[in-house]
Amino acid sequence: MKLRFLLPLGAFLIMVVFLAIGLNLDPHEVPSPLIGKAAPAFTLPQLHEPQKTFSPADMKGKVWLLNVWASWCASCRQEHVFFTEFARANSSVNLIGLNYKDEPAAGMQWLAKLGNPYLLSISDNQGTAGLDWGVYGVPETFVIDKKGMIRYKQTGPVDLAILQTVIMPLLEKLNAEVNE
Amino acid sequence: MKKLVLCLFLLSQSVHAEIEVYQFANPEVELRYQSLTEELRCLVCQNQNIADSHAELAQDLRRKVYEKLNSGETNEQIIAYMTERYGDFVLYRPPFNTRTLILWLAPVLTLLIGGIGFWSLLKRRENSTEEKLSDTELADLNKLLQTKMGNKK
Repeated sequence: MKLRFLLPLGAFLIMVVFLAIGLNLDPHEVPSPLIGKAAPAFTLPQLHEPQKTFSPADMKGKVWLLNVWASWCASCRQEHVFFTEFARANSSVNLIGLNYKDEPAAGMQWLAKLGNPYLLSISDNQGTAGLDWGVYGVPETFVIDKKGMIRYKQTGPVDLAILQTVIMPLLEKLNAEVNE
Repeated sequence: MKKLVLCLFLLSQSVHAEIEVYQFANPEVELRYQSLTEELRCLVCQNQNIADSHAELAQDLRRKVYEKLNSGETNEQIIAYMTERYGDFVLYRPPFNTRTLILWLAPVLTLLIGGIGFWSLLKRRENSTEEKLSDTELADLNKLLQTKMGNKK
């Protein structure tokens, strides 16, 4: 008899647990289905030398990072500090920028003012490559392995903790992988 | 009245400002465009489909749908393109698979549990009405009935 009265309470507690979990999830963090898949191909002009192009195939055999940024994006400015520091400390890291839906002039001015941690930046002012890579919230950062496969994606700004605890160990691990 | 007209005018302006106009080869393609954009979720304003959303990403996705329709791709191909990039999350009608099992079965299960609960409650009610009257209560009842019947005659 007593159990019957505890039943609604039990159901309520289960609901509380599920709601608590649900409230602590970030709905803006949509897991990318591209992880473990080949990086989508594109050929786009480079930001500083528009006569030269870049395509992900150029980086075959190397572990690299693609950071999607724009001069109009406020949180890009916030993460930019970490990337400039990161690039200075780790000169062997291949950091490529994708200037997403931005005016090339505005993008170059932004880099001139805040520092340029990128090996090179790609100009995607129509956002076509971004769409292909499933970009929906700038800034985003992808880690691509030697085979050209996307291994990690960070949606939203990267901070020191993510760089040190996630990205650096992953880069080390991927660099150790044998390129077949 | 003047204010109302002004309001309506302002409203109609804002509606026209953001939604781009596409030309379709035939009405059938236009219908497919409408149904596709209504079924795809915008990832920026997550509670809107890309047909309703004014976000830039939604605009890009609408253009992509339009381009793909024009190049003769089927609805399945377009849906596949979107899910390959954004996951099942872009679909307002998620597919039925092991990950979405709970999502799809929850309504049926809830109805089932509720139904069983209600049914057992009714059953219990039915049983509890068969209460026996005590002898004195029965005698009282009979006496009451007899006097009532006697009055009527």
